[in-house]
Amino acid sequence: MLDDFFTRALIGGVGVALVAGPLGCFIVWRRMAYFGDTMAHSALLGVALALLLEIHITAGVFAIAAAVAFALLLLQRQQVLPTDALLGILSHSTLALGLVLVAFMAWVRIDLIGYLFGDLLAVSRLDIALIYGGGVAVLAVLAAIWRPLLAATVSDELAAAEALHPERARFVFMILMAGVIAIAMKIVGILLITSLLVIPAATARRFAGGPEQMALLAAAIGAVAVVLGLFGSLEFDTPSGPSVVVAALCLFLASLLRLAFRRRGAGQLPPRDAQKGPAG
Amino acid sequence: MQVKSLDDGVQVPAGGAAAVPAFGPPLIQASGLGVRRGERWLVRGVDLTIRPGEIVTLIGPNGSGKSTTVKALLGILPLSEGSVARTPGLSIGYLPQRLAIDWTMPLTVRRLMTLTGRHGATEVAQALAEVGIPHLADAPVQQLSGGEFQRALLARALIRRPALLVLDEPVQSVDFVGEIALYELIHGIRERLGCGILMISHDLHIVMGKTDTVVCLNGHVCCSGTPQAVTESPEYRALFGSQAAAALAIYRHDHDHVHLEDGSVVHDHDHNHRHHHPHRDPGVERGGDAG
Repeated sequence: MLDDFFTRALIGGVGVALVAGPLGCFIVWRRMAYFGDTMAHSALLGVALALLLEIHITAGVFAIAAAVAFALLLLQRQQVLPTDALLGILSHSTLALGLVLVAFMAWVRIDLIGYLFGDLLAVSRLDIALIYGGGVAVLAVLAAIWRPLLAATVSDELAAAEALHPERARFVFMILMAGVIAIAMKIVGILLITSLLVIPAATARRFAGGPEQMALLAAAIGAVAVVLGLFGSLEFDTPSGPSVVVAALCLFLASLLRLAFRRRGAGQLPPRDAQKGPAG
Repeated sequence: MQVKSLDDGVQVPAGGAAAVPAFGPPLIQASGLGVRRGERWLVRGVDLTIRPGEIVTLIGPNGSGKSTTVKALLGILPLSEGSVARTPGLSIGYLPQRLAIDWTMPLTVRRLMTLTGRHGATEVAQALAEVGIPHLADAPVQQLSGGEFQRALLARALIRRPALLVLDEPVQSVDFVGEIALYELIHGIRERLGCGILMISHDLHIVMGKTDTVVCLNGHVCCSGTPQAVTESPEYRALFGSQAAAALAIYRHDHDHVHLEDGSVVHDHDHNHRHHHPHRDPGVERGGDAG
């Protein structure tokens, strides 16, 4: 079964989506979309360094993404610059550094487009093993830190006062993010990873009644987007990574339609859905 | 620092609610607590003790370091100097001053109750009933009114059966009638659970009658003691001026609240009517909120 490149792409893509969904919820809740993007952009620097040091690319990407995350946390604490400016600097300078470094290494030929936009149809058996092994590890750790991380997302102070060690949860979350970026890069590429984290989660928000439900739904929606995108890519001969993102976008737009319908329905039945005044 | 026992003869009756506060050894105690940001001391030299069954209220002008003191006490902010000692295994329920739950997180009141710990359905229902919002269990927290949200947060802190309840401005964004009901509720919690309560408040006129110890902060402890002693101290009067006089007057009239045994919400205007007098006093602030 794994002999077929399309099957491998499907299995690998779904695996990444299942991990990205729950993690993406935290990205959305914590308003870290740009933060995630910055970590992802640094992945190319990771690729370049991995080639230079002759280590496995996934390991290089993981190390650099984690390093960038902690550099950012430190700089934030120093209050040198506002966070968005810091993100802008780190995001694009790590990407540029990666590109320049790759250009210097005349002895290696790498598929730059593949790294930037994903090469889902070149997923190997080893990639699948990495995705599922790493994915299960990431999800297991996420489940273990779920309560403190969720409490810290609602309120750092509350979590700290009630002895849930929010700093520890945040630290672990950064590591998990770096892990997901390392395993997802192959599938959707450096420039599109954040979309696989954010779009399914944003779509799930419309349907979820609780945070856990939203995490599960985001995983499912991401998996559906991968399947739709890959079949679409096969059908219309479009690049696989972007096709998956477009499929996710379509699902998101469909969820907006549902919201619009609900709003109109509520308008027609004022007494039933009439809400109280604005929340404080 | 010396720990004095107020009255060794008075103990909490076994298994019963203590109507009379019976202060034991301190739950938490700050000695010389100070927090510095950059070159500036936000607070310094704060001694503070909370004992079981005691309500301690921090008052002070804006920027006087009330929230900072509480956060340092709870370990949310690092201490720049001084020390905090707490009873080993002290369980804390905290109601932060600012808590905005992003609308992107679907969160019902029911789920909020188990945010920092595991609690069964019965416990959740009981906690919500205790604060008078059992009907809001399935409401998204983002749709609650100010008063409902504060009650939900209070229930969330209570469900932990805390030995120490810390409330940072519990009545913010609550209208005046709701404010009094909420203070009554907090007072009732102390009597039912026997927990120590540390509270930050702006409402001098209400708080004074319901507090065992008042600590008046302004970057340092200006004065502290019983409400009577504090309201009569010159430091307090210098700090609060005309507001202080109004609060003192009310304090002396304000000892006759009736608490509902079941802890249900009091929206009885007749019952609360005497509280409205200070509100009409031009010396008392918060006029805009009461409507």
